[in-house]
Amino acid sequence: MVEVVLFAIFALAALAGALVMVTARNPVHSAMGLLLSMFSMAVFYVMNGAHFVAAVQVLIYAGAVMTLFLFVIMLIGVDRAVDTDEQIPLQRPMVLLLGGGFVFLIFSAAWDAWITGRASGVCTVDCTGTIENISSELFGAWLLPFEATVLLLTIAAVGTVALAQFVIKPRLLESRGDEE
Amino acid sequence: MIPLLAQASTDGLTVEPHWYMALAAVLFAIGAAGLLLRRNALVMFMSIELMLNAVNLTFVAVDSGLGSLEGQISVLFVMVVAAAEVTVGLAIIVAVFRKRATASVDELAGMRG
Repeated sequence: MVEVVLFAIFALAALAGALVMVTARNPVHSAMGLLLSMFSMAVFYVMNGAHFVAAVQVLIYAGAVMTLFLFVIMLIGVDRAVDTDEQIPLQRPMVLLLGGGFVFLIFSAAWDAWITGRASGVCTVDCTGTIENISSELFGAWLLPFEATVLLLTIAAVGTVALAQFVIKPRLLESRGDEE
Repeated sequence: MIPLLAQASTDGLTVEPHWYMALAAVLFAIGAAGLLLRRNALVMFMSIELMLNAVNLTFVAVDSGLGSLEGQISVLFVMVVAAAEVTVGLAIIVAVFRKRATASVDELAGMRG
């Protein structure tokens, strides 16, 4: 029963955070809404026995990623402007229709559906996502993908540094402006 | 076997995996709608993060339903890719901002034919 109450509280918190993120004019408020949503999901991970994933969620997502978002928001200035001019006619009503229809389609398709797969893992005794269980999986069967993520992160870091070093020459900018 | 959404059993009120999946579907739809509704590149990026988080929630929910660990491994990989995506994406946004002094994607129509 406690679990149900916890689920209700944090489901509401996750939905409220997501709605605040989409609707808030101030990007800082959007970031705070997403933060609330992410913390709620960390709670859901704990309730599902995914303890390590919950810790990573709080450390990486709520900690590092959202700090980076807030840092960039502060860096480029809080832009409160809401432009209401439509580039595509009727885009906003269509988006609401699409979002609602998407949920309806998922629910109607999944209402009678069952997950028929079986777990192929080797955990027969204890399947909670503790660091021990996760690491024995990650550094066993999933070692090669794990090494690939090292490559990916290195490429991302190098690419970010390259983007930061990239300086646009003012002369080039003006000539491009004339062409437009 | 666990159901995707519909109630499996009615004995006692416990949190079933499909509750999480229904919540994740709604969160994903909110993220998709936010991606299409907003013009601020940063908020669009946050919407993408919300969609990734919703998918992670389904992974973990199915994992606890099936009693496996592969979903949680997948979640970790999704998080790594999302972190790499965020660093590169925010660097692109800052680079664009230095050139155009705006974070609105409507202004970035330089490649329009």
